[in-house]
Amino acid sequence: MKDIDIKISFAVMGMMIILVGVFQSWGVALSILNLCLISAVMSMGVNIQWGFAGLINFGVMGFLAIGGLATVLISVPPVIEAWSAGGLGILFSGVFIILTVLIVFVINKKFYNFKYKNYLVFIIIILSIPLLKIFSGPSISKIESINAATSGFLGGMNLPIIFSWFFGGALSAGVAYIIGKICLGLRSDYLAISTLLISGIIVSIVKHEEWLSRGVKNVIGLKRPAPYEVDLQNSDWFNNLIEFLNTSKLSKILNNIERQDLLSQLVISSSGVFVKLCFALIFLFVVCFLLYFSEKALRSPWGRMMRAIRDNEDAAKAMGKNVVKQHLFIFMLGSAIIGFAGAMLVTYDGLFTPSSYQPLRYTFLIWVMVLLGGTGNNYGAILGAFVVWFIWIQSAPFALFIINLFTSQLADTNAIKLHLINSIPYFRYFMMGLGLLLVMRYRPKGLLPEKILKN
Amino acid sequence: MDFLNAFILISNFIIVPAITYGSQLALGAIGVTLIYGVLRFANFAYGDLMAFGTMIVILFTWYLQSKGITLGFLPTAILAIPIGIIFTVAISLFFDKTVFEYYREKKSNPVTFIVVSLGIMFVLNAVVRIIIGPNDINFMDGHKFVIKASEFKKLTGLDEGLAIKSTQVITLITTIISCSLLFYFLNKTKTGKSMRAYSNNEDLALLSGINPKKIIIITWVIVSILATIAGTLYGLDKSFKPFTYFNNLLPIFAATIVGGIGNPLGAFYGGFLIAFSEIALTYAYKKFLGYLLPESLEPNTLIQFISTDYKFAISFAILVIVLIFRPNGIFKGKVI
Repeated sequence: MKDIDIKISFAVMGMMIILVGVFQSWGVALSILNLCLISAVMSMGVNIQWGFAGLINFGVMGFLAIGGLATVLISVPPVIEAWSAGGLGILFSGVFIILTVLIVFVINKKFYNFKYKNYLVFIIIILSIPLLKIFSGPSISKIESINAATSGFLGGMNLPIIFSWFFGGALSAGVAYIIGKICLGLRSDYLAISTLLISGIIVSIVKHEEWLSRGVKNVIGLKRPAPYEVDLQNSDWFNNLIEFLNTSKLSKILNNIERQDLLSQLVISSSGVFVKLCFALIFLFVVCFLLYFSEKALRSPWGRMMRAIRDNEDAAKAMGKNVVKQHLFIFMLGSAIIGFAGAMLVTYDGLFTPSSYQPLRYTFLIWVMVLLGGTGNNYGAILGAFVVWFIWIQSAPFALFIINLFTSQLADTNAIKLHLINSIPYFRYFMMGLGLLLVMRYRPKGLLPEKILKN
Repeated sequence: MDFLNAFILISNFIIVPAITYGSQLALGAIGVTLIYGVLRFANFAYGDLMAFGTMIVILFTWYLQSKGITLGFLPTAILAIPIGIIFTVAISLFFDKTVFEYYREKKSNPVTFIVVSLGIMFVLNAVVRIIIGPNDINFMDGHKFVIKASEFKKLTGLDEGLAIKSTQVITLITTIISCSLLFYFLNKTKTGKSMRAYSNNEDLALLSGINPKKIIIITWVIVSILATIAGTLYGLDKSFKPFTYFNNLLPIFAATIVGGIGNPLGAFYGGFLIAFSEIALTYAYKKFLGYLLPESLEPNTLIQFISTDYKFAISFAILVIVLIFRPNGIFKGKVI
């Protein structure tokens, strides 16, 4: 049978999540599933860059933050007062930034042979920063002073939040274009470090430009593509559905009032599950869609060319392939997918917290997913996302079990035992590191290695 | 008089802090660059190695304090540094033996090394947090200040005060001593020279009978010493928090690349360059110009190039600029 290992591993993963549903609760199982699916989109984005093209992008965190910013820019209603107070200044500054970028590009293109070109570009960029500050400063302070406690920012466009996923992707691709122009010529380890640092710059901009994103004050109560729990609880069809699903349970209770109580309890608990189920369906659709197209791409002439570039850049160049252009394209494509996932993540959380973007969680964990799952194999990337996220969430009970096993000789009040039990959340880092080291040593191509097609 | 006041103001807010921070970065960057030069990979676990060394120093400091041993006006942590170094060397050599050696013998590509160092980063991260917890720890004891701002004002009669913390003096002295020892070792001793030769051309070094295993062990020892010292100095000056140490890896990387990766002297200058630009570009020059300019020209804005929120971002931006204009770093990289 074809691809038996893929089927078995996904079946096992599905079983694990179902077991969580049975033994813990369906809400927990579904929220694990949802985050697994979102992580799968992220790891597929990284896999497109690293697995297909061999580009090492440690800037995942930055693109996720851009995707998150997109949800705010698209879905939040605009703050009219702020726009009238400082909108003009901001627009003017935006035009100024675009002009500066254009000038830099024109200088790069036209004065190709000019000896001091680089210095000219440098001076222009350095001069533009204080100028920008002079233009935008007053408007920014005006915007941030309007209802500082509740808004204090420009708001967004009040569109359905689904659009923000695509906008986040597009915005990420745009930023990736600029980063790619700067960095893609660098060698692998330089590229890794510089993308990591640039993602740091992006996150600090998102964090500190309060007029744009509310910064560390966070944006809460974002829109949803799924129904709200409260609306469900008040709707007749949902009540009827729950009653229908639990007929056997309800019919055992004869007392009418008790029956109503139980029903309303069931409605409340299952409304949360229902919302998560809606999210899961949307995310599942996204993952399947992406999987279909990246599998197609991998098997297309374009995919073969990308693998050729990855495996032997010089040979690909000699065959007349434009390596620089293809690298830039695939860097943008992968970043767009990561940005898309970033918007999905913020949509699912319902709030945008710029200070939560840390490289460990949002860059390196995603990389562990890809490396663990199997670089260059889309199924591997998805499996890696599922396995890693599952371990990430479920490591606490496991760590507790291990600690109890090793300290069973000690009394419950023993200081060492208590200290270990208090530090349970950090065992997940340990497991991740150990897992990564073991996989790199004994299965360096990942759990589901790349399959080279010979046709 | 105004000129003097302006100078003291700048020293207090820019020069003294930047020298301290620069020394800490320089020590860290030299470690990263040595690993890159000899072992040929960018070690992402370095920040957590620093945290590990500092953690051992803190634990031993607490032990000493509980026994009533202190260093008088100096922080007790200085006594504990050798113990920290021993543990850090041990864990570095342990990881080298169990992890890196395998890939070195296989001659894996640099990306594999980076990925493996990520694995070690996760492990060390967990170890430090499990043992000492994720919280802020202040382990500085002894005298806080060499001179306080108010004392300085009284002493000199100037309007501006200059405060010098004892940790700043300790940092500077330790950096001078350890860097001079290191550069003496690299440039004058036979082992140091063979290390440079190995870094410059591995095959040629092997032909001339240099023992690579010895070189690698020495590199890890030096790197661990530097990591522990840099980590402890940073912890004494600010405070110890595992997460900050991980974050400090980023400016350290910037300093390394700016100075030319694989070039210790470059890393040293790179650390100071990053520190001075971070602090000088985020300082508000209003008061400074107020002293120097005639009253009619006094500025009424802060005259700050970029807001302090972007302190970290400046080092990253410098890195990007250097990568565009001189990808090998300001000082030619890739040779120790």
